[in-house]
Amino acid sequence: MKTVASRETRNLLQYPYLLWISLFIVVPLVLVLWYSFTTPTPTGSYEFSISNYRRFFEPVYLRVMSRSILLAIEATLICLALGYPAAMIMVRLGSKWRNTVLLLLVLPMWINFLLRTYSWMALLGRQGVLNQFLQWMGLPPQYLLYSRGAVLIGMVYNFLPFMILPLYTSLSKIGKEQIEAAEDLGANRFDVFRRVIFPLSLPGILTGTTMVFMPAVSTFVISALLGGGQDMLIGNLIEQQFLSTGDWHFGSALSILMMVIILISMAFVSLTDKGKTFEEGNLW
Amino acid sequence: MVKLRNRPSLSQIYILLVLLFLYAPIGVLIIFSFNNLRSTSVWGGFSLRWYGELFQDRQILSALYYTLSIAILSSVISAAAGTIAAIGIHRMHPIARKVILAINNVPVLNPDIVTGVSLMTLFTALRLRLGFTTLLLSHVTFNIPYVVLCILPRLRQIPKEVTEAAMDLGATPMYVFFHVILPEIRSAIFTGFLIAFTLSVDDFVISFFTTGSGVNNLPIVVYSMARRGINPKINAVSTLLFITVFCLLMIINKRDTNIQKLEV
Repeated sequence: MKTVASRETRNLLQYPYLLWISLFIVVPLVLVLWYSFTTPTPTGSYEFSISNYRRFFEPVYLRVMSRSILLAIEATLICLALGYPAAMIMVRLGSKWRNTVLLLLVLPMWINFLLRTYSWMALLGRQGVLNQFLQWMGLPPQYLLYSRGAVLIGMVYNFLPFMILPLYTSLSKIGKEQIEAAEDLGANRFDVFRRVIFPLSLPGILTGTTMVFMPAVSTFVISALLGGGQDMLIGNLIEQQFLSTGDWHFGSALSILMMVIILISMAFVSLTDKGKTFEEGNLW
Repeated sequence: MVKLRNRPSLSQIYILLVLLFLYAPIGVLIIFSFNNLRSTSVWGGFSLRWYGELFQDRQILSALYYTLSIAILSSVISAAAGTIAAIGIHRMHPIARKVILAINNVPVLNPDIVTGVSLMTLFTALRLRLGFTTLLLSHVTFNIPYVVLCILPRLRQIPKEVTEAAMDLGATPMYVFFHVILPEIRSAIFTGFLIAFTLSVDDFVISFFTTGSGVNNLPIVVYSMARRGINPKINAVSTLLFITVFCLLMIINKRDTNIQKLEV
């Protein structure tokens, strides 16, 4: 039986927060949506228009879009290729080492990504550590920084742990019995991997892929610092629209587009993962 | 890959290489913050000169002031507001709870840049001048959801009968809150506070869009300096920021024995 007193409190406490999230989470997104569907008229008012969305299809912006998505996909695939073996090895480590390695993988995720990105500026720069090394080997210095490759390295470096951890989680859930059963039934190692381990690790692959793809496609810092601002990504374009060009309408349409991309990739995960990764409590 | 099983040395080398890849750049960054030369790649002996210069740099000192005051204010406000919100949400009807939690998760899942520009449009629509207030409001906005997510699981562990028994015995809701609920969730509130503090110190993207009038936090100063090129002062600030966040994490980790559950 619920008492009257508890019913009274029940009806009060969540309202301030409801008001807060309405004002600071819902209204801002509605505003962005409104901006994205309007254009200013010469008379100083606004009118409904889809021209902001139509602008995506101008070749300049299509190039930015495809560059962002392509770079994010490349970074994701490299993370997957580097991370999968690492996760498989981790599963087989002794429990003491495994926890140490896990901790060492979680830790960089908490180092400010600005610092992680900046650290590569110092490595790749004209006078950077890698060029010093090349010179020491008697090789001519290279222009490593401010290139597409540098942006890609920055993305892989920043987001690799986001790939390894979910992979590790799903790989560690595979029972030894399942692998042994397959071996007993005559499967060779490749078959065990292809038919047992790989399919069972798919949820981890999808989660990891999303967790790398989402920040990679929305970054503007990595491309600004390591790409030198030559190759714009969607994030840089949004930043530019809001902070220098001042076309908030187009910037809002780009933001909505980015949200849609993120929502699609999240829906993708929740279909296979049943939302486990994004459940409350999974803060890390 | 499966072959590695019989050759532990090779797999150990691989893990070491991955860890080296993750730590070497940060290591180099920290080492060269103690360099006596202006270079971030040629070693000229140990010195604390860049740290010394930090404390003469007005821009960095003011950023340090804003970083700390925003972090302290926003984490205290978020912890208090998040606690009340979490208790309210906990008592809601399951369907209403689902809705409010979905909205709660928006800043957690949305790309920071979208959260940043959307708050920027809100502040502009409200005719608020971008600066300290807007920065604080933004930090509270992205912090509360984490506090709520921290406290809710703990609230669920309190058996309903306990609060109901207290009520039946004549306790007022206030009494129940301070003497039954609060002791149970106190450590979750503190963990939430620490996470909020860490996130606030660490935030760049949302702050970048929601501040103005000369109010900058350390990450913003690092970004604007880094855009102009490599500078050992950045290494020194970075090292200090790294140590701060590292210490905070150690405290959070030590406090929360359920931390494994929180990891992905």
